[in-house]
Amino acid sequence: MFTSCADPATLEGLSWLLCYLVTGKQIAFYWSFLTVLTLLAVTAPTALAFGFVGAMASRSSLAPVSLIGRGYTAMVRGIPDIVFFLFFVIALDQGIEWLTHQIRCPDWTEPVRQGLEFRVCPEAKVPPGHAPQVVHQIYGFALAVVTFALVFGAFAANVLLGAMQAVPRAQLETAESYGMTPRQVFRRILVPQMWVYALPGLSNLWMILIKATPLLFLLGVQDIVYWARELGGAKTSAYAFPHPDWRLYYFLVLLVFYLCMTRVSEIVLARVAQRLSFGQATAAGEAQRKAAA
Amino acid sequence: MSCWETIGQYAFRSLGHGERLLPRSDFTLCQQFTLIGSGMIWNIYFGLLSLVAGFFFANALAMAKASRHAWLRKPAEWFIFVFRGSPLFIQFFLAYEALVMLPRAGIVLWGLTVETSWLTKAWAGALIVLFLNTAAYSAEIFYGALRSIPKGDLEAADAYGLSGWAKFRRVQWPTMLRLAWPAYTNEAIFLFHATTLVFFSGFPAFQQRGDALYYANYFADKTFNPFVPYPIVAFYFICLTLLVIWLFGVVNTRLNRHLPANTRSRIRLRPQIIR
Repeated sequence: MFTSCADPATLEGLSWLLCYLVTGKQIAFYWSFLTVLTLLAVTAPTALAFGFVGAMASRSSLAPVSLIGRGYTAMVRGIPDIVFFLFFVIALDQGIEWLTHQIRCPDWTEPVRQGLEFRVCPEAKVPPGHAPQVVHQIYGFALAVVTFALVFGAFAANVLLGAMQAVPRAQLETAESYGMTPRQVFRRILVPQMWVYALPGLSNLWMILIKATPLLFLLGVQDIVYWARELGGAKTSAYAFPHPDWRLYYFLVLLVFYLCMTRVSEIVLARVAQRLSFGQATAAGEAQRKAAA
Repeated sequence: MSCWETIGQYAFRSLGHGERLLPRSDFTLCQQFTLIGSGMIWNIYFGLLSLVAGFFFANALAMAKASRHAWLRKPAEWFIFVFRGSPLFIQFFLAYEALVMLPRAGIVLWGLTVETSWLTKAWAGALIVLFLNTAAYSAEIFYGALRSIPKGDLEAADAYGLSGWAKFRRVQWPTMLRLAWPAYTNEAIFLFHATTLVFFSGFPAFQQRGDALYYANYFADKTFNPFVPYPIVAFYFICLTLLVIWLFGVVNTRLNRHLPANTRSRIRLRPQIIR
């Protein structure tokens, strides 16, 4: 990057460290922090949408729909989330390939599952075998996002269902007495009021989501854990910048990163809670009123 | 080969007994059930030991956090923040890398050589991390409960002339435990879930002796079929969760035995604590 870094063997001390910290792989490591933040930014709204649909489905009066919704919200309770992460990635991958296989190769006679192999016709490979590396990476990331959204959607559905049930019944009855249809009651009364009740659960979920991001590594995405292991491992003199096993220091950096994320989130969410409870007939709102008076 | 023979071969495979080689082809449902069940031994081992040991440490931490003295309170606050604020996954990695860095030959302390190599093994290293982690989470729960003991209870204790240790042992601690128990049940359930992370982080599975998810992952990798092994793990964990809920429910009834039935706190499963 810098011209003074051209020959690492001649460098010493601080200038060596400086040059080491701007090598190409180090830069990739810094970018992977952005991968994690992107995942958070994309997954949070998607999971919220999944959760909203799940909560709506479990409230449905149609038995099959409500059964699906309840099954979805119940699935995260008894089973470790990491099982879902490992399961969904393969299941989604195979499901997509199976669908494209059905569409693109209708006259393929061999069975898809041959003993130990999952084999679809070459045209049905997703992404195509000749696609550039970037496409494979983006596809892997997208699969990870969908998996995260599915699992955290189930958590969010639990929270939102609780929040919907917490809205005072009298509010809904008043709306009904004004002649609103169930749909209008839901849209105009229930949804706007439920967020206050959902906030504690959702902020909890956000913290959990932050702490679940290292699992990206298990899904095969080149995230910060991947790079920390890759760069931290001992490098012999065959490399431009030989160093002993530094994984401990790399993981310390990750630890500090996550602690900062948690702390900042805590502060921001406390502000939001403060703002939302302003003027509310709750203990927090009452405390604000007393402090002002 | 009958299913009973398979069970005989693989039931204690995760501990290193029985058949040495894992099945390589023609996987039967029986093999998958047996091996994954054998891996559950490790999940229960990690969960149970760290829960029991963590319970005592968590009590001490909660007391320290509620202390008036800053030199006692600050370290407890920091400990809880570090372990609750960072992913367990990173904690495993960090602990493993730190333990590997200890000198191989052992540390000489006062003329005695202390072995260190066992610390890098999962059974010890991961157990220590899980113990510290659950202690931090439980301490926060206990601290919250300690703060929400009804004022009337404490005043009643004062009125009876209880103070110091007697007041703590007979009023504060039982009430704290009673208030914290539903949340602590959740903590226990999610601790058992967290044990599945052990062999996916830094700690290697020595001679393929892994936990339930390790074997499930082995089968899924070999057969390219996630639809059999992962539901088996799910089945085992649902059974374990039900067992934990039942056991903690028994304790909960005992803790609440002096209260009228309609005011007892009931255990409600809330998926809030994942690491």
